[in-house]
Amino acid sequence: MDKNKISQQLGVVIVGHVDHGKSTLIGRLLNDTNSLEDGKIDEIKGVCERRGVPFEWSFVLDAFQAERDQAVTIDTTQIFFSSDARDYVIIDAPGHREFLKNMISGASQADAAVLVVDADEGVREQTRRHAYMLHLLGMKQIAVVINKMDKVNYDPEVFENVSRDCQHYLESIGLHASYIIPIAARDGDMLDIRGDNMLWYKGKTLLGALDSFEVHSPSIARPLRFPIQDVYRFDEKRILVGRVETGILRKGDTLFFSPTNEKAVVTSIESWPLKRGVVEAQAGQSVGITLSEPIFVERGHIASHEKNLPMLSNVFQTNLFWLSERPLKVGNTYRVRYGTNEARVSVQSIDTLVDTQDLKKQEGASEVQKNAVAEVTFRARDSLPIDPYKDNDKLGRVVVYEEYDVVGGGLINMDNYPDQRQMGQPKSENIYKVSHSVNPDMRAKMFGHYGGIFWLTGLSGSGKSTLAVAVEQAVFKRGKNIYVLDGDNVRHGLNADLGFSPEDRTENIRRIGEVAALQANAGVIVLSAFISPYQQDRDRARMAAPHHFHEIYVKADLETCEGRDPKGLYKKARSGEIKEFTGIDSPYEPPKNPDLVVDTKINDVETCVSQIVDYIEANVQLDKKLAAEEKIHVLK
Amino acid sequence: MSQHLDDLEAKSIYIIREAYARINPVGMLWSIGKDSTAMLWLVRKAFFGRVPFPLVLLDTGMEMDEVYAFRDMLTKEWDLDVISHPCPPEEDMDQTLPPATRAAMRKTEGLKTLLNEHQFKGIFCGIRRDEQGLRAKERVFSPRSMDGSWDFKDQPPEFWDQYKTEFPEGCHVRIHPILQWTEVDIWKYTQEQDIPLCDLYYARDGMRYRSLGEKNITKPVPSTASNIDEIIHELETTKTSERAGRAMDKETEDSFEKLRSQGYM
Repeated sequence: MDKNKISQQLGVVIVGHVDHGKSTLIGRLLNDTNSLEDGKIDEIKGVCERRGVPFEWSFVLDAFQAERDQAVTIDTTQIFFSSDARDYVIIDAPGHREFLKNMISGASQADAAVLVVDADEGVREQTRRHAYMLHLLGMKQIAVVINKMDKVNYDPEVFENVSRDCQHYLESIGLHASYIIPIAARDGDMLDIRGDNMLWYKGKTLLGALDSFEVHSPSIARPLRFPIQDVYRFDEKRILVGRVETGILRKGDTLFFSPTNEKAVVTSIESWPLKRGVVEAQAGQSVGITLSEPIFVERGHIASHEKNLPMLSNVFQTNLFWLSERPLKVGNTYRVRYGTNEARVSVQSIDTLVDTQDLKKQEGASEVQKNAVAEVTFRARDSLPIDPYKDNDKLGRVVVYEEYDVVGGGLINMDNYPDQRQMGQPKSENIYKVSHSVNPDMRAKMFGHYGGIFWLTGLSGSGKSTLAVAVEQAVFKRGKNIYVLDGDNVRHGLNADLGFSPEDRTENIRRIGEVAALQANAGVIVLSAFISPYQQDRDRARMAAPHHFHEIYVKADLETCEGRDPKGLYKKARSGEIKEFTGIDSPYEPPKNPDLVVDTKINDVETCVSQIVDYIEANVQLDKKLAAEEKIHVLK
Repeated sequence: MSQHLDDLEAKSIYIIREAYARINPVGMLWSIGKDSTAMLWLVRKAFFGRVPFPLVLLDTGMEMDEVYAFRDMLTKEWDLDVISHPCPPEEDMDQTLPPATRAAMRKTEGLKTLLNEHQFKGIFCGIRRDEQGLRAKERVFSPRSMDGSWDFKDQPPEFWDQYKTEFPEGCHVRIHPILQWTEVDIWKYTQEQDIPLCDLYYARDGMRYRSLGEKNITKPVPSTASNIDEIIHELETTKTSERAGRAMDKETEDSFEKLRSQGYM
């Protein structure tokens, strides 16, 4: 091998609109770089003759019979070849719209991209869609080739026009093409050799452009992130294994684990066959470490240094592409994976739909269809350690699963969300949150369910108390520890000093929120039944225990409630006997984004009760993984 | 070790640990050849010298004598748990298939009975993308239907190192930890790590095996490469395909495709 060759292999994905010549380009590139097996061209010529079709360079790649018959590439192919400077692996991605998932599978593995555009047809639908996907996949190194220049008589003006269109679109989505090259792939012009047809072009050939690109290397300069992949135990040793995703991990470092807030010192970096003196592991390396303390750590936890922690949040927004036939809808639940973590999430909102053609953003959509792109906000049950994509391009992205399948992927954006780890800290500097040695999973295992806060809100007479009593009975009968907080047991003691002024109402709800949080942390299922008319107050209650909190809107309009008037309060309010009564002379703000809505005007009590009971059951149940006794793998 | 091999090794170890964490029970096909032996080495690295699942030889009884001897030697030396799983006889195969394809089908059928007997949900398999056009299309985690067949027209999306690891009852997944390695990578790694190897790979009397298959359907290729340095040099200059000595790939234009879609490795 040439000693000056760069040893690392560059992955290049070839994308573009169908029939713009991707496979032809690859076939020709392989031929011109002398990378084809002896006899391959003759073999393909033979096949073409037998089938009575003219010779096509694209047949080089189309190993599948199905593809030969349809003459389109349906799945990603990987082809290895070399230039004088280095080794390459080419990833040929299909152009057809329905094969977008295959294009993403291919492009996500590449270090650089070649976007193929037909000189005659110009920028088309898939040109834009693929370019947008490159943007979502974080591609930084892009060469555009304007292909089939032979079809337009090698006209520099055509080249200029198509280049301008292309560049305009790329720039509008924040992509930059490092090179724009006129080529005629069929004849090999400007691939490796320049040819005589486009002497007016002075830039690099395609191969020259590719040689100038660099292999993507893991980010050593970023803050340390070491997601735990597994825990092994053997010979009295407990080894945490995983891949250092960013930064550098050193023996002697104090590691901080999220979301548990546990700390311990790295006592060794393990290796096999035994290598003495391993003192650091860099981004990209798969390693095993031992710790100074037997703290609780499991797969999915993220180790970092004490400075530059990941955020903690149970809500996050993504810029997402959707691959499933079944549309993504508000309220649906999915699983997301990032690093080694997996979390159950529900769709809180579809913020905007993005049209990849004209880049218009549409608000208020109720679903995201297959192959569409959208900004979507997810909510998880527990606080998750999260890095936004702009800070960490390895962990700041999620893959979405529904049942057995991968259905989408998205980049995390935390611009509108606060770090809940910071917000959980008390104002007084002398109070530190205790890291409980009994963790929530241990409590859940003991009680047979998780704790949670199910916050009913609605007008007086909407049915909150009736529902709360019935739900408490039903859930308790199923062997779960549930407790109702309502005016009767709060107003007389804890909040006996408060009246009904707006300030007192706010304080009333704040205290209830904190009490509910303590109870939920203790493993209790809390059902609260208060009018709690202000969104701001309910949001504050949520912040006391964001991972436990569920806002349930008990919905019935004023007329219905006033018609029921079980305690005669509306009558008194109308006559002026009671002041500042919600709905009459004090406002009620319906929840903006309730986790559940039960409509007591339309549905009978029984239906509403079972709706709430089902919702509670689904949100406090033990995960299957918890049921498994030992999460440590004992290696013999 | 070169940065390139370091990267490949780290990625493969990540995949192996990922499969072990998510899928249970798993087993690994060990054909005793250079690729699956390098994969076995990576497994031992991933688990600090241990191999926490059984290795399987799909045994047609037709492996070369040197291959069986090498297996017995390593099994003892490395203290391995090896299942030698017999494949059904050739008479039971589809008689309309060409002879070499028919011989290869025995492994496909053997794999089916293995899965049935041991209920493996995941099978590690040491194939590489650069071996053959069809294998180039593979996923790292590649699901198989109940009858073991591969639906290459509708493969799951696979990106950002997140894999498809859950399946309906009765299905299984092939895990391909060295999919992105090339033949030269395997040789360089074998040399760097000093991984033991069956000596059929080294030239004797002007011939050597570039790929090890059953004795009835595998032929040596002309070569004078008698050590790893010479083999690497040979590979960097040759344009002959690695599987040139494998008859089953060549019988008809689509024989390998047929084999693979029915469950061959």
